[in-house]
Amino acid sequence: MSTTMEQITDHGPAHHHDTIDRSGPALVQMEDISIAFGGIHAVDGASIDLYPGEVVALLGHNGAGKSTLIKILSGAYKRDSGEIYVRGDKATIANPRDAKAYGIETIYQTLALADNVDAAANLFLGREIMTAWGTLDDAAMEAEARKVMGRLNPNFRRFKEPVKALSGGQRQSVAIARAILFNAKILIMDEPTAALGPQETAQVADLIKELKKEDIGIFLISHDIHDVFDLSDRVVVMKNGQVVGSARTEDVTKDEVLGMIILGKCPPGATPGPGAMKE
Amino acid sequence: MSEATSDTALTRPAAGNATRGGFKGFLRATEIDTRMLGMIGALLVIWVGFHILSGGTFLTPRNLWNLSVQTASVGVMATGMVLVIVTRNIDLSVGSILGVTGMIMAVAQTQYLTPMLGYDSGLVWIATLIVGLICGLLIGGLQGFIIAYLGVPAFIVTLGGLLVWRGGAWWVASGRTIPLTDDNFKLLGGGSDGSIGATWSWIFAAAAIVFIVLAAVAARRRRKRFNFTIKPIWAEILTLGLSLIAVVAATMIVNAYMLPAPLARRYAEAHNLTVPPGGLEISFGYAIPVLLFIGVGIVMAFIARRTRFGRYVFAIGGNPEAAELAGINTKRVTMMVFMLMGMLAAIAAAISTARLSSATNAQGTLDELYTIAAAVIGGTSLAGGAGTIFGAMLGALVMQSLQSGMVLLGMDTPLQNIVVGAVLVVAVWLDTIYRRRSA
Ligand SMILES: Nc1ncnc2c1ncn2[C@@H]1O[C@H](COP(=O)(O)OP(=O)(O)OP(=O)(O)O)[C@@H](O)[C@H]1O
Ligand SMILES: [Mg+2]
Repeated sequence: MSTTMEQITDHGPAHHHDTIDRSGPALVQMEDISIAFGGIHAVDGASIDLYPGEVVALLGHNGAGKSTLIKILSGAYKRDSGEIYVRGDKATIANPRDAKAYGIETIYQTLALADNVDAAANLFLGREIMTAWGTLDDAAMEAEARKVMGRLNPNFRRFKEPVKALSGGQRQSVAIARAILFNAKILIMDEPTAALGPQETAQVADLIKELKKEDIGIFLISHDIHDVFDLSDRVVVMKNGQVVGSARTEDVTKDEVLGMIILGKCPPGATPGPGAMKE
Repeated sequence: MSEATSDTALTRPAAGNATRGGFKGFLRATEIDTRMLGMIGALLVIWVGFHILSGGTFLTPRNLWNLSVQTASVGVMATGMVLVIVTRNIDLSVGSILGVTGMIMAVAQTQYLTPMLGYDSGLVWIATLIVGLICGLLIGGLQGFIIAYLGVPAFIVTLGGLLVWRGGAWWVASGRTIPLTDDNFKLLGGGSDGSIGATWSWIFAAAAIVFIVLAAVAARRRRKRFNFTIKPIWAEILTLGLSLIAVVAATMIVNAYMLPAPLARRYAEAHNLTVPPGGLEISFGYAIPVLLFIGVGIVMAFIARRTRFGRYVFAIGGNPEAAELAGINTKRVTMMVFMLMGMLAAIAAAISTARLSSATNAQGTLDELYTIAAAVIGGTSLAGGAGTIFGAMLGALVMQSLQSGMVLLGMDTPLQNIVVGAVLVVAVWLDTIYRRRSA
């Protein structure tokens, strides 16, 4: 990504204080999750949790297992072992429908859009607005689509085109809009700004701050360490399918986080996980 | 990720830029699909070509009326094939399903339903049809289950089905030809009794016109309510006018086809009419199978464009993984598509057995080819995700025109097969070029 070693040598001060209430049950708790594809242990005994109004950044090198872990939460993959708890109760998530029923919405790294239908059809896919006669209410869906897209990407006009005809950033805006349209309680954002321009990226950052205020919990996967430090309350670093460690964002520096990502070295301010480098 | 293009029913470009000039601006304003225009052009070329080659016998009311009846059976199946292909599947077994359901309906009618309900009972025809629909549903459901839940490719499952159901058709009646007993059921095949006559044809035409106008007005209102761009009024009137002219012309043609003298006399006797000195002039009007075909087309277009199920079918075709992640039960939708296909094959079987007044073992042979060709020529992309019901209906008419024309010219069956096969390949090739251009 755009972040290089030179850019992040400053030990910037922590921008905000941790005000998250962690006394109640976690919004989500994933316990000892494992999944293997053939011989590859994509996720290997990973545990991670999230509280209301909290942004937890999930970091790691390419292929570390971040997307796979959150896809287990969103119901896209079935785990081999481990448990998921939502608000303290054991949750059965066997497919994406189950996850949505728990208020878990996901912006996938691959966006997961049906390329041949328009933005409104994608936004409401699986949850269409129907008329009184039980038919699709395309006009109402388009009207809603215009509202929500106006909030994310005011320049967006191409509501009639199939999303295949849109630019990468416009497609990403559609994917983000879809996730926030249905009162998510738990939001998973897998590299949501990878294709966005500076203005749209700033808008997503504002959006995340707004959603926090509404007590929505957010898993944010990003390679942009500046974004992560600006937005997250906690960071969790993965390496080779295992959790290296987790820390409150204000307790670690960018260099230390980078050390966790690249070397798997857990700094003093962080709680080491199973994947931490042994001394 | 998919090569499907934008010409689906769901995603036709909007009126938008009415300011744009030239032919492109014209097409944009009227929302006329260029490929639909191409298909109508091809149809006209075929019709005029055969008319000239046959020495003026193709474009006659009699031939066009026959053409409409012959199109019905394959046309009904083509509307379902659109959805099958849109979901990136194929169904090679439709001809055989037609064969076996036709045979089952004939046996059920002659051996069980007519004896049970009595001769001339008004219930026999509907009971027969229901038996056929249930069989088609079960056969389609079984194939769909194997495809969707067991993960065997549709190509293989329906290739197997092609043999299995053809064998099944033989097995139902040990290869015998079963003549139908119920006269009401035979009306489904058309013929002199199976047409609705001039008056009802005009009533039907009037109803169609009212429906088309109301649909256009409703669509305009809906768009206005949400302040979306609407078609310029001249474009609205032009497209509306053209469809109304088509309805009136079709009605005039089917009404211009008169019953031959002996049949007219029989009809007059049956209805206590006195025969005037100049002979009786009684029009055929629309044939019942054609009305059935149009009805099926309207229902299928409604399913494809206005229902959740239809939306899911297209979304699955566009990106199966995304559809699954959006929470759509893609397996169930896929299975339902094959169930629908099975039922449509049964309707087609009712039409073609009724038309022949009997069920034969070979019925529907090669229909899969015509059905797939109709869908593909009508703009259904084999890559999935794109296709229209109306296009497939026109495609069926193109295929049938080709075949009827060749029969009219007295071409041998082998030569007909060569032409049809070649046309299919060329049509898909042209389609590939078109899609590459417009992508
Ligand atoms: N469907 C799959 N089949 C087989 N292997 C997979 C599959 N999905 C992921 N993997 C493997 O699992 C590992 C983790 O992949 P994952 O996509 O979770 O990485 P990531 O941390 O999201 O990386 P990136 O930063 O590149 O997005 C990789 O080695 C990948 O090759
Ligand atoms: Mg990833």
